[in-house]
Amino acid sequence: MEDLCAVPSAPDACISERQNSIASGGKNKTGIHCTDDSLAGSVSQRACVFCGARVVLNPVTDAVHLVHGPIGCATYTWDIRGSLSSGSEMYRNSFSTDMKEHDVVFGGEKKLVACIDEIVEKYHPPAIFVYATCVSGMIGDDIIAVSKAASARYGIDVVPVESSGFISGNKVVGYRAAAEALMKLITPKDGESVEKTRKLNFLGEYNLGGETWLIRNYLAEMGIEINVAFTGDSTVAALKQAPGACLNIVQCTGSMHWVAANLEKKFGTPSMSVNFFGAENTTESLRRIAAFYDDPAITRRTEVLVARETERIRLVIQRYRKKLAGKRAAIYVGGAYKAVAIIRQLRELGMEIVLTGTQTGKKEEYDDISGMLDKNAVIIDDANPAELEKFLIEKRVDVMAGGVKERVLAYKLGIGFVDHNHDRKECLAGFEGSVTFAHEVYVTTCSPVWKQLELTLAPEVG
Amino acid sequence: MPGVKTMLECIPETLIARTTGKINPAKTCQPIGAMYAALGIHGCLPHSHGSQGCCAYHRMHLTRHFREPVLASSSSFTEGASVFGGAANLKTSIKNVFQIYNPEIMAVHTTCLSETIGDDLPNILKQSEIPEGKVVIHVNTPSYQGSHITGFSGMVKAMVSYLAVSDGGEKKDQLNVIPGFVNPGDMREIRRIVSAFNVKTIMFPDISNVLDAPLTSKYNMYPEGGATIAEIRDSANSSATIALGAFASNDAADLLQEKFGVTGIPLKLPIGLKATDEFIMAVRDWFGLDVPASLATERGQVVDTLIDTNIHYQGKTVAIFGDPDHVIAMTEFVLTMGMVPKYILTGTPGRQFDAEIQKLLKEAGIEGSRVKAEGDLLELHQWIREDPVDLLIGTTYGKYIARKEDIPLVRFGFPVLDRAVHPLMPVVGYRGCLRLIEQISNALLDRRDRNCLDEDYELVL
Repeated sequence: MEDLCAVPSAPDACISERQNSIASGGKNKTGIHCTDDSLAGSVSQRACVFCGARVVLNPVTDAVHLVHGPIGCATYTWDIRGSLSSGSEMYRNSFSTDMKEHDVVFGGEKKLVACIDEIVEKYHPPAIFVYATCVSGMIGDDIIAVSKAASARYGIDVVPVESSGFISGNKVVGYRAAAEALMKLITPKDGESVEKTRKLNFLGEYNLGGETWLIRNYLAEMGIEINVAFTGDSTVAALKQAPGACLNIVQCTGSMHWVAANLEKKFGTPSMSVNFFGAENTTESLRRIAAFYDDPAITRRTEVLVARETERIRLVIQRYRKKLAGKRAAIYVGGAYKAVAIIRQLRELGMEIVLTGTQTGKKEEYDDISGMLDKNAVIIDDANPAELEKFLIEKRVDVMAGGVKERVLAYKLGIGFVDHNHDRKECLAGFEGSVTFAHEVYVTTCSPVWKQLELTLAPEVG
Repeated sequence: MPGVKTMLECIPETLIARTTGKINPAKTCQPIGAMYAALGIHGCLPHSHGSQGCCAYHRMHLTRHFREPVLASSSSFTEGASVFGGAANLKTSIKNVFQIYNPEIMAVHTTCLSETIGDDLPNILKQSEIPEGKVVIHVNTPSYQGSHITGFSGMVKAMVSYLAVSDGGEKKDQLNVIPGFVNPGDMREIRRIVSAFNVKTIMFPDISNVLDAPLTSKYNMYPEGGATIAEIRDSANSSATIALGAFASNDAADLLQEKFGVTGIPLKLPIGLKATDEFIMAVRDWFGLDVPASLATERGQVVDTLIDTNIHYQGKTVAIFGDPDHVIAMTEFVLTMGMVPKYILTGTPGRQFDAEIQKLLKEAGIEGSRVKAEGDLLELHQWIREDPVDLLIGTTYGKYIARKEDIPLVRFGFPVLDRAVHPLMPVVGYRGCLRLIEQISNALLDRRDRNCLDEDYELVL
């Protein structure tokens, strides 16, 4: 892929207004602007509030997720997460009020009420999440009032999610809308209470490829039980037990930071950041959890687990390291915690990280990232494809970690790709996950197909 | 796990009357169709006038189907734009798009948000600064009307209304072809068929060489393919327009006829033997040419294959769902094959759908089939549960039903998200017939091989 150097870079890919959204690595503070809205007219990789809310809540397995809007919002989010369920698969169906012109003109509340009535009568779900979209928000449908009345009428949780797309182009705002809906759901009603236990909640964990189950097994071996995960493989009943946990471990901070803060405020549950991507991170996280419980038996079992698993994967990772050492990698993902985790994992594989970007990273997180990287590395917030292309070529990247839209771009440039998005199907967490990840990076970076790129059909003989 | 319900077991067993809403939709919204059509203009950047999410979703959905990068810009609405109107956002967008991405043409479509706000696109465009030599076209695509097919049709019509210009002289000896909402592989095949006649053809939109472009390790933001603005302009001077698929293509052809007197020839999508015959005859008759021998050979191969294989599928019952033009043509083809289309459903609204299908069924003497426009997949599933079929033909979304009811699925139409290569392989024309015959008979034979007793497991079938 060396010949990529010869490819001229994109015509002035960087918009001058965007210069504050791009920085370089090293110990200095980045000063990156990451809360800026995307420019009108840019080809952004970002989405909307609805999208953010939908991905956070979607894995609640036995709830009905009713999208109040025209059909598209429901179609594009139908079963797109790789979140697995051990029970109900209700969440994989797609419910929409399918608003029509008539509803837009005269208001969609009546239709929403009718849909809720029908869903309750025929499907008997324990809860319905009602998602606002651009149109229902714009015409002022009062989904809060409708939900409240329906909850009272049926004695189930009908929870409004205030996720009108236009509120922001930043998914983080949607995470917040989802978080507020979750808090509504789990706060005990008057006269109800949840008893405290020794279990922990696992926040910001979506059971992609069964990752929740894997971590659950680790914790079980240590002697710790998961109360409920937010929201991977969760049920409405399990979520309602959330106040009973003695600790909240938080993985995807972008989506769950606010929930953790509120759980602490309301129920006194302390929280701790964890990260189960990569062996190093996993070890560190398990030890910190064990330390919280301050129980010699738990600590002993944790060390046994860590030692055994580390040894088990050591040789495998070494084998991949031999193949991958020195290769140049780029990262463009949704949240910063994921970027940090991938940086560490690629480092474990001996690779050089030359570009890192996120859609929703926060200032402090970018500072952390900057501290981890070499000073020549590029750091970028809310990249557009032209910028990504420019840097992928300029930095002679061999492999990129990102989401669905970046995959095809990377391939077009003759660059390997590994999926670290929320719709992936592979389990990338824990010790097992680090092996899977190394394997995926290896397969794409060292694919024999890339050799075919160098061969072209000569137009003439000779 | 005992007691665990799979996705479709969560929904009622028996047929329920529903008054409102959609469960497991069989359509999506207008803007994605407009975006897809716009990609078939050379050097075009589609632009979504609304929130970022819509644009991101449409790009992602198209990318999942085609496995290609899909670029489009967005007006990036925020709360301010939603309150004060999106005019400023669109004007800024136009400035930024030409400055940064430098397309030849920008094709704007609205979203439900900008429609609800009531942005007056023609007026905003008039007030916008569009660089010399560049073009901006637009179509209104409120998501609360029609479907993605409506949006596609609208954008194709916008190409005509904005770009087509008559020279004022005699009509030229050239043919317009509007291919419908089909894959790039289909568009290539349609062009190949017409080329066999040596007829000069203007095809728009033309997504071949855009979303099936080869991997060269150079990334072209604007790939080689696409109908050029000059070609679309010249479509006003063609002698005829063949519109393939009424739902996706008739509006643009009608406008060409109305405005410029270009004769419109509305046909089905050329999927299946009969529809392909009609397409080829239409070219032959309009230009008074002989059918090229190569096409006659291809037709003969299809008939030969149908005879060789009919034992495998004749009399089998089939459920077909998807976009209306696809479903109508496919229904005709399975009737040609001697199969029984028992359930026929599209998510797109339109009375014409029912009329077309009923006509086909009546001609074939088939009774008792269920036909529905603007249906959803819950309803289709419940029909199948009441009385099963041997085969399901439709998009990837049919896979849940296929698994639950243990019916083989032939993937057909848009979107297909769980298999690759299909956008490059035509289902139109005689070659498309061969491919469909192969897929349909293989699906049934694979099922037979999987399920049959040892003594019935045959080497030669």
